[in-house]
Amino acid sequence: MSAVVKAGGAVAEYTDERLGIAPFMKRSLNKVFPDHWSFMLGEIALYSFIILLLSGTYLTLWFKPSMTEIVYNGSYVPLDGVKMSEAYASTLNISFDVRGGLLMRQIHHWAALFFLVAMTVHMLRVFFTGAFRKPRELNWVMGAGLLTLGILEGFAGYSLPDDLLSGTGLRIAEGIVLAIPIIGTWASFLLFNGEFPGLDFIPRLYTVHVLLIPGIILALVTVHLMLVWHQKHTQYPGPGRTEKNVVGFPLLPVYMAKAGGFFFIVFGVTALMSAIITINPIWAFGPYTPDQVSAGSQPDWYMGWLDGAVRITPNWEWNIGAYSISWNIFLPAVVLAGAVFTVMGAYPFIERWATGDNREHHILDRPRNAPTRTALGAMAIAFYGMLWISGGNDIIATTFDLSINTITYVLRIAIFVVPPIIFIITKRICLSLQRRDHDKLLHGIESGNILRTPEGEFIEIHLPLGDKEKAKILGKVDHTPIALESDVDENGVANPKGRTARLRAKFSHWFYGDNVYLPTAAEIEAAEAHAAHEYHEQHSVIDDFRGLEVTSEPVLHSPAIGGHEPNAHEH
Amino acid sequence: MSDIATPGTTADEHGHDSGDLELPNGRPAPAPLPHEPRRADVDPKAARRAERQVSTMFLLASLLVIAFIVAYIAIDKNVVIALPVIGTMSASNLALGLTFGLAVFLIGAGAIHWAKKLMPDVEVVQERHVLESSPADREEAISVFDAGAQESGFGSRKIIRRTLITALALFPLPLVIILRDLWVTPTDSPSPNELLSETIWTKGERIVTDGSYRPIRPEDIPVGGLVNVVPASLEKVEEVEGTLNARAKAASILVRMTPAEIRSQQGGSAEEPWDVHGILAFSKICTHVGCPISLYQQRTHQLLCPCHQSTFDLADSAKVVFGPAARRMPQLPITVDAEGYLVARSDFQEHVGPSFWEQGSS
Amino acid sequence: MNSMAARRRHPATLVVMLLLGLLVTGVIYAAVDSGTSAQAADQKWSETQVEAGKKLFAEGCSSCHGLGGGGSSIAPTLIGSGAAAVDFQVSTGRMPLAAPGSQAPVKGVIYSQAEIDAMAAWVASLAPGPAVPSDAMLDTSKADLAMGGELFRTNCAQCHSFAGKGGALSDGTAAPTLMNATPRQIYTAMVTGPASMPVFSNATLTIEDKQSIIKWIGSLQANDNPGGLSLSRLGPVTEGLFVWIVGLGALIIVAIWIGVKAK
Repeated sequence: MSAVVKAGGAVAEYTDERLGIAPFMKRSLNKVFPDHWSFMLGEIALYSFIILLLSGTYLTLWFKPSMTEIVYNGSYVPLDGVKMSEAYASTLNISFDVRGGLLMRQIHHWAALFFLVAMTVHMLRVFFTGAFRKPRELNWVMGAGLLTLGILEGFAGYSLPDDLLSGTGLRIAEGIVLAIPIIGTWASFLLFNGEFPGLDFIPRLYTVHVLLIPGIILALVTVHLMLVWHQKHTQYPGPGRTEKNVVGFPLLPVYMAKAGGFFFIVFGVTALMSAIITINPIWAFGPYTPDQVSAGSQPDWYMGWLDGAVRITPNWEWNIGAYSISWNIFLPAVVLAGAVFTVMGAYPFIERWATGDNREHHILDRPRNAPTRTALGAMAIAFYGMLWISGGNDIIATTFDLSINTITYVLRIAIFVVPPIIFIITKRICLSLQRRDHDKLLHGIESGNILRTPEGEFIEIHLPLGDKEKAKILGKVDHTPIALESDVDENGVANPKGRTARLRAKFSHWFYGDNVYLPTAAEIEAAEAHAAHEYHEQHSVIDDFRGLEVTSEPVLHSPAIGGHEPNAHEH
Repeated sequence: MSDIATPGTTADEHGHDSGDLELPNGRPAPAPLPHEPRRADVDPKAARRAERQVSTMFLLASLLVIAFIVAYIAIDKNVVIALPVIGTMSASNLALGLTFGLAVFLIGAGAIHWAKKLMPDVEVVQERHVLESSPADREEAISVFDAGAQESGFGSRKIIRRTLITALALFPLPLVIILRDLWVTPTDSPSPNELLSETIWTKGERIVTDGSYRPIRPEDIPVGGLVNVVPASLEKVEEVEGTLNARAKAASILVRMTPAEIRSQQGGSAEEPWDVHGILAFSKICTHVGCPISLYQQRTHQLLCPCHQSTFDLADSAKVVFGPAARRMPQLPITVDAEGYLVARSDFQEHVGPSFWEQGSS
Repeated sequence: MNSMAARRRHPATLVVMLLLGLLVTGVIYAAVDSGTSAQAADQKWSETQVEAGKKLFAEGCSSCHGLGGGGSSIAPTLIGSGAAAVDFQVSTGRMPLAAPGSQAPVKGVIYSQAEIDAMAAWVASLAPGPAVPSDAMLDTSKADLAMGGELFRTNCAQCHSFAGKGGALSDGTAAPTLMNATPRQIYTAMVTGPASMPVFSNATLTIEDKQSIIKWIGSLQANDNPGGLSLSRLGPVTEGLFVWIVGLGALIIVAIWIGVKAK
């Protein structure tokens, strides 16, 4: 017994005598996690969050959340003698007078971008593979909450240094608060302790940024992970994988080494980026003052879409008597944002209602096998993309030498036109891929090798489908739309649920109606038998003409020879 | 260990007879693939090589941490280093970041390499437990809850239940109410909409250049000229108040065009014009969401906001010609004082900055 | 509009426009600061320069601006533009223009400095206008860098951005980058207000102020990036793109490496 094992045993014994955790440890250390690169995206988010906590704590040691005006006399010469807030001055100190401070600042900001990027792509992965379905709806809702909080947290952090760019962002945020009908003016005065910018907003925001939001995020992340742990991870369809098992590697040692190692990789990449790439050069922006602005003022990427929505909304404002509703701001910045996050959080429930699918799902959908969902997701990305482009319309105008006015007009239309087009295209692509899978099951893979028989016929050699590929395709679940219920029951009395049921059936049909059904097991067997039969018939042909060596059971199929045509169940 | 099964090659190659491996579509699941041994599994030399690689990475990580400490002590914070592409950058940031980043990266890479090459790579199949509880468990839980509810009398004692619900509904109110003083309102303070509707510009207030606080004569501004200005009293006001609040509303711009180019103004008469020989003063704070704007394009007389591209025609009462802003930029009526310097005739006649709910009542 | 367009083609239009132009210019400069004229006066051009300039102008510029520099329907008058405008427009390669448009693109410079000076001398001889600065006026050794930053952010950053990289303006026009601008060009641009740019006179933005701004722009041109690679100093847009493409790309490559079975 090695020393390490002995020591480990001693610790385990000590702990178990006091906590009785052996059964838990036994189950946990054996816990199996499936291995796939797309399952690491959530880990990137988690690790970025840990890096944010570490680097953020470091920054709090020097940062002064104060808006009191002082005169800067630090070591950054270009700002020597300039009036600025203590918050900005202390950020300059961290950057230029604290050794390693600039590195920590850049790590903190890059990690923040990573955190949001990783949450976004993780959420996209979960969406497109249907991992949010029963029993994991709650975890999806928590994820949506985490993303929302992450965006708020990021914006708060971006605003704290009180540089010209972040101050401009705060000014815009104040304008948005003012645009909220009825309560906006008062809300703004409460937030800023009076008029903008005041002296209190940054200290208040600081508490929100370092305590309130990270605390909630930490709590949610914990529950989020506990649920993943308890419900076990989903897996992609593949050999040996069913709804009732998990195929992968045990926590100890493989998964722990890989996941633990990945934390260090994420930290390492963030630190290396921070070593050589500037992020948020607040010294170049200058201190905030409400009468200065820079061309190309932009928020961080995760806020860009909202800024874009504000840019392209026409200038609608209603004046009713003494009161005004600024639709031009309220609509894009408050209503749209609220609607997006609400729909996002509610999506699992919407889909479940529309499809009536009440089963548990542990095997993931390949995106092609849920064409409507995939197309909806692509549409949402396109919508987001249009807004993102709108948010950078000035940068696009100068980079590509276009008119900013034209770009804005085009985007006002594109925001409504492009997403539906993307929906249709995506759905078509998914259905084509489904048909290809269907054909592969029956005919194998087209090898591209053409063979001429002694009779002069040309046939293409189809290679057998690999076991892995076959398992992947066979993991598909064919969904059938809900049947249309009659308006009236058998006695001719109006069905009280008729309307809802019909709507639901319509939705369900819209969702599943185009499904390309997998061939039945009997059909596959028939096709395989047929292929084998053909193979035996033509065995000599191949041997004579090509000297091909075929060892395993091949699929050789040629429609030209008059083979069996599969009966595709396309409804 | 009981729910762990190592996959074998027991099922036939179609996986047809592994009865409990079933897919949701009712089909038999294809069997797991047989395990293929890695080089390190069969060749001790390969295993030793992997071991060497992993330990080298860990060793390098340690050395890099030492290098970090050396760099921290040895490199002065003000030393810069000129690099191709990057330009001149902080040598300390580069050295600390590279040593620390690489050290951490190598620890991660080593651990993963170890796991991939030397730890078992046989995929394990683990059964999922049913998430739903058994009906018996569920019933028991419900009955325990029911019994508790019964004993508490929550259902039967209506008066207690109702008063409790009322109390619980009311108790968060104090927590919300004390938020009122997030704005510690001075006793004689005007209402928010009054505050938002006034600036420190007053009749006779000198117009001075922003930053250098120099008064301006009309002849200082050529046609096509732009001056970013503030009220002369701003410096003192800021000293007293200690905030940038006054600046956030009073910041303005002066532009000059030929009188013939001015199509309309927001006010003024022949006797009391709002301009001075074609010099016009406008608020600098965008009426959309408050960005300060002075992107004055002197040829078209348009003022463009860099934040959301609202565009105003300064030659035509500063009305909105493009973008999301709904209200024109307020004009500041100006004239010259006895010494020939530009001064304000009054405060703005419309409120400056973003729209708000009560703006019509001020 | 139609009647206007029709009348524009009338032979008398050119004469009327010329007279109108002269009149307007006269009115403007009557109102303009005496300081500007004083500067114009202390600029010394030799007779030969003026003569050479007239010849160069007739060859290269008169087809649009007219033989007398009075402008035409496609080009503005240069009477009163001053030497500074000629110096800026020609030395940055904006003039001569290949084709008329809303904004002169920056092209290769085709005249030598001596030729530019000659043309400037001739245009300056037409009427007083902003003069080219002397070397002493462009000497920034005593200028206040931090003040330059403040003035730059107040007066210039709204169009040229905090980093001097330029930015979008209305209808396809743009504020150019300042990365290649010489102190002389920065100065002449401020006093003449080329294209969309407004004029920043020496009365409201003094020569000392301009020297500070020039010094600040010089520091922007120096490519000092304490934190490392600047990503073009375009702000959060490029940072976001970078983290999506390079940052996330790198981490996904590692994630794939983790998932791939070892051989």
